[in-house]
Amino acid sequence: MKRVLIIGATSAIARAAARIFAGRGDRLFLVARDAAKLQVTAQDLRVHGAERVDVTVADLDDFARHEALLDEAEGALGGLEVVLIAYGTLPDQKLLEGSFEETEKELRTNFLSVVSLLTALANRLEAQKQGTIAVISSVAGDRGRKSNYVYGTAKGAVSLFLQGLRGRLHPSGVRVITIKPGFVDTPMTAEIKKNALFASPEAVAKGIVSAIDRGRDVVYLPPFWRGVMLIVRAVPEPLFKRLNL
Amino acid sequence: MVGVKGTSWGNFPRAQQTVRRIDWPGEAVLEGKGTLLPYGYGRSYGDSCLNDGGTLLDVTGSERLIAFDPASGVVRAEAGVSLEQLLAFAVPRGWFLPVTPGTKYVSLGGAVANDIHGKNHHRAGTFGRHVRAFELLRSDGTRLVCSPTQNPGLFRATVGGLGLTGLIVWVELVLRPITSALIDSESIKFANLDEFFALSAESDARFEYTVAWVDCAAQGERLGRGLYLCGNHASGPGPLYASPPPRLAAPFNAPDFALNRWTIQAFNALYYGKQRRKVAEKRVHYEGFFYPLDAVGAWNRIYGARGFLQYQFALPYTGDAGLTKEIFARIAASKLGSFLAVLKMFGDLPSPGLLSFPLPGVTLALDFPNEGARTFALLEELDGIIRENGGRVYPAKDARMSAASFKTFYPEWRRFAEYIDPRFSSSFWRRVTQEAVGDE
Ligand SMILES: Cc1cc2nc3c(=O)[nH]c(=O)nc-3n(C[C@H](O)[C@H](O)[C@H](O)COP(=O)(O)OP(=O)(O)OC[C@H]3O[C@@H](n4cnc5c(N)ncnc54)[C@H](O)[C@@H]3O)c2cc1C
Ligand SMILES: NC(=O)c1ccc[n+]([C@@H]2O[C@H](COP(=O)([O-])OP(=O)(O)OC[C@H]3O[C@@H](n4cnc5c(N)ncnc54)[C@H](OP(=O)(O)O)[C@@H]3O)[C@@H](O)[C@H]2O)c1
Repeated sequence: MKRVLIIGATSAIARAAARIFAGRGDRLFLVARDAAKLQVTAQDLRVHGAERVDVTVADLDDFARHEALLDEAEGALGGLEVVLIAYGTLPDQKLLEGSFEETEKELRTNFLSVVSLLTALANRLEAQKQGTIAVISSVAGDRGRKSNYVYGTAKGAVSLFLQGLRGRLHPSGVRVITIKPGFVDTPMTAEIKKNALFASPEAVAKGIVSAIDRGRDVVYLPPFWRGVMLIVRAVPEPLFKRLNL
Repeated sequence: MVGVKGTSWGNFPRAQQTVRRIDWPGEAVLEGKGTLLPYGYGRSYGDSCLNDGGTLLDVTGSERLIAFDPASGVVRAEAGVSLEQLLAFAVPRGWFLPVTPGTKYVSLGGAVANDIHGKNHHRAGTFGRHVRAFELLRSDGTRLVCSPTQNPGLFRATVGGLGLTGLIVWVELVLRPITSALIDSESIKFANLDEFFALSAESDARFEYTVAWVDCAAQGERLGRGLYLCGNHASGPGPLYASPPPRLAAPFNAPDFALNRWTIQAFNALYYGKQRRKVAEKRVHYEGFFYPLDAVGAWNRIYGARGFLQYQFALPYTGDAGLTKEIFARIAASKLGSFLAVLKMFGDLPSPGLLSFPLPGVTLALDFPNEGARTFALLEELDGIIRENGGRVYPAKDARMSAASFKTFYPEWRRFAEYIDPRFSSSFWRRVTQEAVGDE
């Protein structure tokens, strides 16, 4: 039995991952901001076989609550073992171009709040000399594109932060996993026209759980995105800036 | 949450509608103007799951389990849970669906709304018989728990109610216990329809699941030849694993010429010719037994962009095979072919819904590539025979029956109409009722 803390537990990808853990009989602690969604999510995981599911409602933009909710999770789980950070928002790039206020809000949710959580988590896990932190970043963070560069900046910064943290925690045996999904068919992408590049949340969740089981460093999900992003990153800037991406 | 989706499983007819995702039970479902229709996996063939010019409520994201009692096998789940998801949960725990159609990509809500039937109809009746209760969300915001004893009128209207009485939020279903995921199956060749009816009379008592595949291209002596497939859940302890999803999909519409009389005849001959002995016994996984087409993925695309029509009727049977023979003869003579023809005897367990399709007797389901007027004329001719003989055509598979036919097939339609939610409508419903105003 694993003890799994999921932050942003009502995300479609997180729920699919949580079901895999629940099916194995793991003990879960879920954090999300919407009490009603959290309640049905927790109940689903209980039915799917989780050893125990506890929850707390928190808006993760509220940094001041982070330490307290980690205390709560640690208490309910009986220790921290696996932590999955899965929340996020996909902003309307056009809207942000006209408003720094909105841009700052996005960076707070998708980057700074994650840094706040990781700072607290890293110290706890480093002290206990074990544990796994997996964070859902995105392929969007691999290169700035004009259509989505604020989200890309936040995710790119998260990936960079995780890279450094991985090195720092390596000696203490704590694993840090960067998860970079491509397009996933979830409520976040409801407005986007679907094409063959879209993966199901279940497929991505499988990849996440297997990365956690095997202690990988960086995973692209589905894996073909590694190759795609290799090419995207290789395009010279003078050409890239002209592309409609 | 908006998108546009245009088709049902038959790729005919096409429709334009707004699609709104319903991912959470508390979501404001009924905002906005215009008509609404719940939408599951779009496995209905015609236009009963379409709402041209209106909104479809895509419930497939509402797929959480709410409760499960491992002692009684009663499961309560949100209506977007698919039979595939339910099997993946239930089979390893020693439970199976009480009734299953020929595909597992069907939602619980869709299974209730068409009061679907399976190969065990002669034993278990329709899906709705195994539904203990469901919650219905009406457009005025009321939530009603319906069961055979609580809000019984709305229960009978919603089972087989084509999504028109409101949004089913969750369904409570009684599962069937199994000790193995395997099926002891038998397939028996039969030379004609008389043999089919004799086989049915004999094997429906021995087997929980029975269905026949019939070669519709065969004429004369061989009219109604086919394979009779039967099975029982293997008894004694066995493996309890559910199956992985299919890899193979037909990713685009095949050219229209891929399917004509010759290819169909070749396919039929191959299928029938595969088995040399008269009776073959095998122990197989339930996946292959119940869902052979799921392995082919989007097989409906092989019919090309014009799409196809499926036709399924039920006719009372009183021991005289004459009528069934006549229908087969007309289909064979028309040379409009059928890629698949499935024949089965329904049992006499009553269906719970006001508009439930199954009735005691014989049922036949076939596909017709859409060849336009000729196909439509043949199906109208068949409707006539069904009308005159107390039968019915299945709305889940219909894109064309006339309003007059519908009213004859489903005499309870007026009583049903009283339960329709004022905001809910479908392309099918408008087709079979608005025309009706004129020919009252
Ligand atoms: C290969 C194949 C084999 C099949 N075999 C059989 C068979 O053996 N027996 C049989 O009976 N049928 C069979 N069918 C038909 C299929 O079972 C039905 O059409 C079924 O209802 C499809 O479910 P769905 O989730 O795709 O619903 P959809 O096709 O999307 O919708 C069907 C109806 O259900 C309503 N609905 C969906 N969700 C809800 C909800 N939450 N609340 C209220 N109404 C709702 C819709 O409004 C619509 O009227 C088969 C279909 C295929 C493609
Ligand atoms: N979908 C994709 O294509 C894709 C691609 C790459 C990466 N990702 C990343 O994958 C992760 C999961 O997203 P998803 O696709 O599963 O989308 P989703 O189902 O929409 O989930 C997003 C979740 O984040 C939560 N959330 C947002 N802001 C929050 C806040 N301030 N406090 C607490 N919770 C907050 C949302 O809560 P509410 O439900 O209460 O709003 C929701 O549960 C995200 O990090 C996303 O950036 C997604």
